[in-house]
Amino acid sequence: MGDTQYIGKSVKRVEDKRFITGQGRYTDDIQLPGMVYAHIVRSPYAHAKINSFDIASAQSAPGVVAVFTGDDIKKAGMGGVPCGWQLHFKNGDPMVEPPHPLLIASGDTVKHVGDGVAVVIADTRANARDAADLIYVDYEVFDAVTAAADAVKPGAPLVHESAPGNICFDWEIGNPRAEVDAAMATAHHITRMEYRNQRLAPNAIEPRCAIGDYDGANDRYTLYTTSQNPHLTRLLMCAFVLGLPENKVRVVAPDVGGGFGSKIYHYIEEALMIWASKQLGKPIKWTSTRTEAFLTDAHGRDHTTTAEMGFDQDGKIVALRINTLANVGAYLSTFAAVTPTYLHGTLLQGLYTTPKINLDLKAVFTHSTVIDAYRGAGRPEATYLLERLMSKAAIEMGIDQAELRYKNFIPPFDGVTQPGYQTNVALQYDSGNYKGMLDKGLELIGYQDFLKEQAEARKQGRYLGIGVSTYIEACGIAPSAVVGSLGCRAGLYESAHVRVQPTGTVSVYTGSHSHGQGHETTFAQVVAEYFGIPLSSVEVHHGDTESVAFGMGTYGSRSLAVGGSAIVASCQKVIDKGTKIAAHKLECSEDDLEYSAGTWTVKGTDRSIGFGAIAFTAYVPHQYPKGLEPGMDFSSFYDPSNFTYPNGCHIAVVEVDIETGKVKLLRFAAVDDVGNVINPMIVDGQIHGGLVQGIGQAMLEGVIFDEMGNQTTASYMDYAMPRADDVPSFELGRQVTPCPHNPLGVKGAGEAGAIGSTPAVVNAVADALAPFGVRDLEMPLHSEKVWRAIQAVAKG
Amino acid sequence: MKVSITVNGKSFNHDVEARDLLVFYLRDTLRLTGTHVGCDTSSCGACTVHLDGHAVKSCTVLTAQADGRSITTIEGMADGDNLHPLQEGFREEHGLQCGFCTPGMIMVAADLLERNPNPSEHEIREALEGNYCRCTGYHNIIRAIQYAASHAVAA
Repeated sequence: MGDTQYIGKSVKRVEDKRFITGQGRYTDDIQLPGMVYAHIVRSPYAHAKINSFDIASAQSAPGVVAVFTGDDIKKAGMGGVPCGWQLHFKNGDPMVEPPHPLLIASGDTVKHVGDGVAVVIADTRANARDAADLIYVDYEVFDAVTAAADAVKPGAPLVHESAPGNICFDWEIGNPRAEVDAAMATAHHITRMEYRNQRLAPNAIEPRCAIGDYDGANDRYTLYTTSQNPHLTRLLMCAFVLGLPENKVRVVAPDVGGGFGSKIYHYIEEALMIWASKQLGKPIKWTSTRTEAFLTDAHGRDHTTTAEMGFDQDGKIVALRINTLANVGAYLSTFAAVTPTYLHGTLLQGLYTTPKINLDLKAVFTHSTVIDAYRGAGRPEATYLLERLMSKAAIEMGIDQAELRYKNFIPPFDGVTQPGYQTNVALQYDSGNYKGMLDKGLELIGYQDFLKEQAEARKQGRYLGIGVSTYIEACGIAPSAVVGSLGCRAGLYESAHVRVQPTGTVSVYTGSHSHGQGHETTFAQVVAEYFGIPLSSVEVHHGDTESVAFGMGTYGSRSLAVGGSAIVASCQKVIDKGTKIAAHKLECSEDDLEYSAGTWTVKGTDRSIGFGAIAFTAYVPHQYPKGLEPGMDFSSFYDPSNFTYPNGCHIAVVEVDIETGKVKLLRFAAVDDVGNVINPMIVDGQIHGGLVQGIGQAMLEGVIFDEMGNQTTASYMDYAMPRADDVPSFELGRQVTPCPHNPLGVKGAGEAGAIGSTPAVVNAVADALAPFGVRDLEMPLHSEKVWRAIQAVAKG
Repeated sequence: MKVSITVNGKSFNHDVEARDLLVFYLRDTLRLTGTHVGCDTSSCGACTVHLDGHAVKSCTVLTAQADGRSITTIEGMADGDNLHPLQEGFREEHGLQCGFCTPGMIMVAADLLERNPNPSEHEIREALEGNYCRCTGYHNIIRAIQYAASHAVAA
């Protein structure tokens, strides 16, 4: 981009002041007059039939306002929370889509630890919690299964009678399996991996919270909720669960303390609070505890995979063959069906020219917390698979891991003068220079110098390792017609409303939702740049269905690529109308005008008129073009023509203590191509955060169940996330290949860090341990696992 | 039971239950909602406040234990419109994203800088061990605290 006032500048965030002074307004901060508090009674069993409830003692406990059980929900005839995406079996049958009731009724079975069975509502949080302990539920307990590989075994406990073998659907993508088998048969070398991409808990630090507030006088409902997409929540809740008219329901997602995917979905507690609020005529608040968050926030990953990559004698990939079991948990969460399929299988081309690819996948129900999109959503699973295979193959074939990637990269293309790259797994990449990316990454980390340092260190008995990883992701989600043809039950456009006030200030209403991404700053930069007005004249609003026309929300690194493009479209409408008014005022033709830096000027003259004067004229239309409507207020919906394709190169350097298996992450370099960058400070921040989540998966995190289906990691005492002293400072680089199909040329930055970093770390540890013959490692890389991997090889 | 607690320089008298946690007293009774609750196990640090000048996790302090003592919360850190150097640092260095952990981070960092005005990166990382951030990857939180250390107003 040429000279800019705001775009490309690290403008400090306008939203920060309220957060650093303690004035943020998160859902749990909201206190309404007469508010009462809900505590949800949850199943302690992963698989059990409810014979009966005894709620009498709870009903008469101090402060209790009401107790509702699954029986009340069933009697009220409410639907369950729906899945937003329908896939089909290979034979064309629709996927198995069992109901997900708000609370489980007697006679029915609970399907995971944490399934809601009753709700107690009382005058204080403490009284609600005390009374919940007085509820007796008679359960008949059955065997449970939480691992997908166990759930598909003959005789495994069934999660849903409607899903034989616990199969939700089977699916494949890529070239026909027979073609892949034939290509694989020609391979000079085949690298194989069998592994589990472990289950993760997203863990936004703000627990979920929902407040239902029914206004009987006007028959209106307000839901305050921790959501990444309030309009989608309203749509799903009104249309599928409660049967309410949407115009009677307002959903507000105020400040939201992180999401990472887990706050996309419509959760049972939201509908429950709205319904119960009407029953009682009082506002009701439910706030999740951290343990409830572990039990009920949608988890991520959990693929059980066998993958093989075949190479010719020059190290060129000839085929990629994959079988995966994707755990979906006990029910289908909002995007559960698409995450392991179209967000995963379509990225298996990676950055390589692999000629034949086939993924065969089964989505599997288990007695466990639901699984859905978590930062990266399918793309980290694809990247882990490809990049571990590449680095493992490099060791096995005795080729440098960077060199093997260079041999296989798709050549650079800009998507404008050269066409996009058609993959074997449905997508067409927009633009990229993958070789350039790796060049930059190797330079940033000082690759050749490191190899010398590593060799020296090994002589001294110190085991350093370097792990290279590259990635590509499909973001800017998504063209509605395309996703519709793939089973999506919604459009994935975005809306923007730009309202210019008479004095020339601007309010922007976006359907994107910011829960840490800094939209209030970035979007304002775009608008201020476009209009050539001061940043302080622009204010961005989001998160309230009452003020924002419509929105599909924030996930899939889509906000700027899709939401920002909608804003640009509305800005253009403002300028087009302003040009008509300016032409009238300056008594010239519209063609004679040019707009720059907040001013319309008659070309080649000094006659001009400013943005503020035109805005004023639009609202005080005394001297005004005939037939033109007053006002300066425009909405737009932007539906992208393609996905965007951020990509990058992540490199980790580790040292492994071979006596203890302890891994220390010494350095981490990341070069990312997210297209054009509006605010480099914010983009870097997104990368940093993603990197640590990806590093967390590699080194620390993992949800573990016992044989009864209990999560043994359901608190921060047991589930390890990276703390400040677990990670180094980061070395970032950037490459820019603008997205050719959206007006800002942006690709999205939210998930990138979490995608490339995980295999980079594991590859680094594998590299450090290569002299011992260690080839396979199991995440997370706790000391014990690494130590055992070394011992296993040592013992032969 | 009756308690008398000074919060951000103002004294308050309330009748509280013996089991009430300080964090809920601050949030629900005093409506100082800048102090957050992120876990059930004193692990996340989002609730960090100062008790007689030292950082404590207010989810692990009974309101009754604060009787007769002085509390500072995030709302008490700025001097009118003049931000505390740490608040400035977090804004200047993009030390926050969703903002949920930020008050706790600022309070624990203030305690650190009180004890150690010029901490190394390693010392800062160790001091933040009791506080989770899921957004920033800590990178810019470190920069924010370094900014505050180098911009601290000489007391």
